[in-house]
Amino acid sequence: MNTPHGQFQQAFAEALFDPSQAVHPAVRALAMQPAFAVYRNTVMKACIDALQANFPTVAQLVGEQWFRAAAALYVAADVPRDGRLLHYGGGFPDFLRGFEPAAELVYLPGVAQLDILWREAHAAPDTPAADAAWIARHTPERIADLVLAPHPAARWAWFDAQPVYSIWERNRQQSATGVELAWRSEGALLTRPQDAVNWHEITKAGCVFLDTCAGGATLADAAERALAADPEADISAVFATLLRAGAFTGTSASPASNERAP
Amino acid sequence: MSATLAAGVGLKPEHYEAALDARAEGLWFEVHPENYMVAGGPRIGWLEAIRSRHPVSLHGVSLSLAGEAEPDAAHLERLAELVRRIQPALISEHLAWSTWNGQYFPDLLPFQRTTAALHRIASNIARTQDALGTAIAIENPSHYLHIDGHEWDEIDFLAELARRTGCKLLLDINNVYVSARNLGFSAADWIDRFPQALVGEIHLAGHSADPTLGDALLIDSHDAPITPEVWQLYRRFIESAGARPTLIERDGNVPAFEEIMAEQEQAANELHRAAQEATA
Repeated sequence: MNTPHGQFQQAFAEALFDPSQAVHPAVRALAMQPAFAVYRNTVMKACIDALQANFPTVAQLVGEQWFRAAAALYVAADVPRDGRLLHYGGGFPDFLRGFEPAAELVYLPGVAQLDILWREAHAAPDTPAADAAWIARHTPERIADLVLAPHPAARWAWFDAQPVYSIWERNRQQSATGVELAWRSEGALLTRPQDAVNWHEITKAGCVFLDTCAGGATLADAAERALAADPEADISAVFATLLRAGAFTGTSASPASNERAP
Repeated sequence: MSATLAAGVGLKPEHYEAALDARAEGLWFEVHPENYMVAGGPRIGWLEAIRSRHPVSLHGVSLSLAGEAEPDAAHLERLAELVRRIQPALISEHLAWSTWNGQYFPDLLPFQRTTAALHRIASNIARTQDALGTAIAIENPSHYLHIDGHEWDEIDFLAELARRTGCKLLLDINNVYVSARNLGFSAADWIDRFPQALVGEIHLAGHSADPTLGDALLIDSHDAPITPEVWQLYRRFIESAGARPTLIERDGNVPAFEEIMAEQEQAANELHRAAQEATA
């Protein structure tokens, strides 16, 4: 807004990142005071702290010093949009993808993406997950026609030609397994059927199965698409794995009403 | 409702379990609502568990009431939803701005206290109170800069906001001390002038000297124990004004829960003494 205070705010906000360029007379006078650095430092520190909290696995991989230096550059390019700093950093994986000093760490954007998925799973709505007993309430011929929605806390991703899930999982747990990483494609599934976020490696067929379910398709369609993606896949094993992980909502399609449907 | 609130503590995630089990007369907890604006999961679960045993206060940092814009409607709705869910004993915000043009700057930024600003902020407070269906308290922020162009004294400005909107005031004694040292005024005189009847809550915290400028610039860092000077100003206020719900804030170098509870106990004792003297 082009009011005097609006101009003051605009100039102040710009000066937080580049005080030497302030041309607004009142803000210029403020930006020249040594204490102006308190605001600059507080804003920058809060943003970097938030990124470090939101991307713990990235920070674990690259070390705190490297992480905070990279985060400072990201903050200047993409300031938070609102006060919910626990959602801050949606653009961080893309930033890392184009970040020259990280060029050799090709898996880093994927690891950042998994940190985001963990955070989303952690804060998602609480809903009972479908389990084997829930499925067992349906006759076998009905199961194929069921439309199962992915659980609101379920997140999944497929990483081509990079063991992103293994790298993320080892550094998330900070467990040095000593086992050498196999350089291969991997899928990741994060779920939170109750309080804690769980993670599992899943196959390409599992990812396609969930993608198809998320589009509102029936289990039969999801199975068909998953088989098309990987003709070797054991679809009932894939479905059992997803179900055990709590990847589906148990309430959205009421089993009773489905049973009675003509 | 605030009659039962004595000394409270800013709630940190690392203290959830200890906070849940803590037992002290009049104990309450305060959180930033922004950290609990989630659809579900363990974070809000913890807050609800603590709320089931203790009063909770919501202390916002991002409504940006002093901004040249109305509070963000979506944010206000999220806050209202949290208020419905948590049923807080107190709700507060700051006399500052932090959002502008769709960007959030996580700090409490200063402005020129003009009459135009007064109108704007009063309208923003009224809009917030309408959305929440209750009065909020407005906190005096820490000051670091000498700003030209103020048309209003800060205390007069706060009192006028309260008169126009019915809001309460949150007196942060550490902020007064830090501001007085940085801008060169008497913290004691300032506290003595503060409109006692409007104070619904008090904040106490530690501060630190600027790493470069030293004691010439104090920073409201909440990363150290409360200093003797701030305790003294606190006693000065409550001896005169009487007991008010008082919060111990600690956000950096967070110590063990017991260490924070020692400060809580000290504040509780001061409140008890002030209440006894008032009835004596």
